[in-house]
Amino acid sequence: MSKRSLISITDLTKEEILRIAELAAYFEEHPYEPLLQGRVIASLFFEPSTRTRLSFESAMNRLGARVIGFSDATNTSVSKGETFHDTIQVISNYCDMIVMRHSLEGAPRYASEFSKVPIVNAGDGANQHPSQTLLDIYSIKKTQGRLDNINIMMVGDLKYGRTVHSLLQALSHFNPTFTFVSPEELQMPREYTMFLDQLGISYTVKREIDEAINEADIVYMTRVQKERYSDPMEYERMKNVYVLKNSMLENVKPTMKILHPLPRVGEIEQEVDANPHAYYFNQTENGVYTRMAIISYLLGVKK
Amino acid sequence: MTANDKYMEVRAIENGTVIDHIPADALFKIIRIMGLDQDSEHRMTFGANLESKRLGCKAIIKINDRYLEPAEINKIALIAPTAVVNTIRNFEVVEKHAVELPQEVRGFVKCANPACITNHQPVETGFSVMEEDGKILLRCRYCEKITSRFEIK
Repeated sequence: MSKRSLISITDLTKEEILRIAELAAYFEEHPYEPLLQGRVIASLFFEPSTRTRLSFESAMNRLGARVIGFSDATNTSVSKGETFHDTIQVISNYCDMIVMRHSLEGAPRYASEFSKVPIVNAGDGANQHPSQTLLDIYSIKKTQGRLDNINIMMVGDLKYGRTVHSLLQALSHFNPTFTFVSPEELQMPREYTMFLDQLGISYTVKREIDEAINEADIVYMTRVQKERYSDPMEYERMKNVYVLKNSMLENVKPTMKILHPLPRVGEIEQEVDANPHAYYFNQTENGVYTRMAIISYLLGVKK
Repeated sequence: MTANDKYMEVRAIENGTVIDHIPADALFKIIRIMGLDQDSEHRMTFGANLESKRLGCKAIIKINDRYLEPAEINKIALIAPTAVVNTIRNFEVVEKHAVELPQEVRGFVKCANPACITNHQPVETGFSVMEEDGKILLRCRYCEKITSRFEIK
């Protein structure tokens, strides 16, 4: 079996991103394909995450693999003080691939340097979460029929939201147009706007959701967390500015879709759920097919 | 003392290394990271706040009978990118070159991100080195954070 890890979205070329989106579409048509019969995949969640873990484990099971692992590191040798290095070294002898989430940033990259089997990053702190980005990409491709020339409005916490950073990097291959809507203290970090400047990709910065939404193909909502604000009064003042309501969607493009990495906590009004533009729950279903695509691509059973 | 005498003073070691064109404020950092403050074996001269046409104000380090390893030159380059390293043998400058920013540094810089694995587990740090507007930026190979405020171990 081949040994290829996926740690960061920047590890993938444009062609590979497209290939994984194609494979995701294939698995949506063939959601039970025992390509990994007899294989064992370890699902190591040093930090708990129900949604991502179940989505990955569902993908592994649909591919016919056996799943071993833990959903919480408290009952493992980690709590006895074993180093991360030793834990991974040992477990990589038991399986054909390791999918891991860790609160320490860089843990999966480090693991990929010495592990015998491929590592898939299922989230490392505020750093990377490439499978989320790839499922966002697949959702865009599926709903818009293309990835090129997408007009995307990103709303909310653009400073700490790792999903928006990775999606920005992934979309940069496809000549996108960005609108960034956020309070000043949560705006897109300079390193990302610099990255866009270098590539000549255009973007507009806004402080609230305005008529620019009518130009968007995709509205990507994120959660604005209270703890990100230095001033609690500022939070109270700003929190409603970034809430999406049906009244804002009256003149949008008919094909526009609203994405959200979930969980949401009020930044999309419940009334929007029934709106045909709402796509965030379908997006989670796409996550399973995308993860089937990622696993089979990295293990070389689907090229 | 004539200008020529001053020049002679800089060159007046028989064998060893002269690190010249150090920005004045980087002198003590270099002394610390090269462990010169712990070195009781080699004869050394430090010059601080000297006049410099290029830098306005510079510092200089002369070390007798000691030559620098490439890894040490990399460390100097991160703190004092303007520095010039002269190798002296028999009172003659036999080699003179400006330090060059390495593309990658391993081991001696601490990652500034408290959530980075290298600050919690015994992992050797690693960074790619970038330059922007004369400022040196390091990107952690693990947590991927970019910082200009780095600390050398």
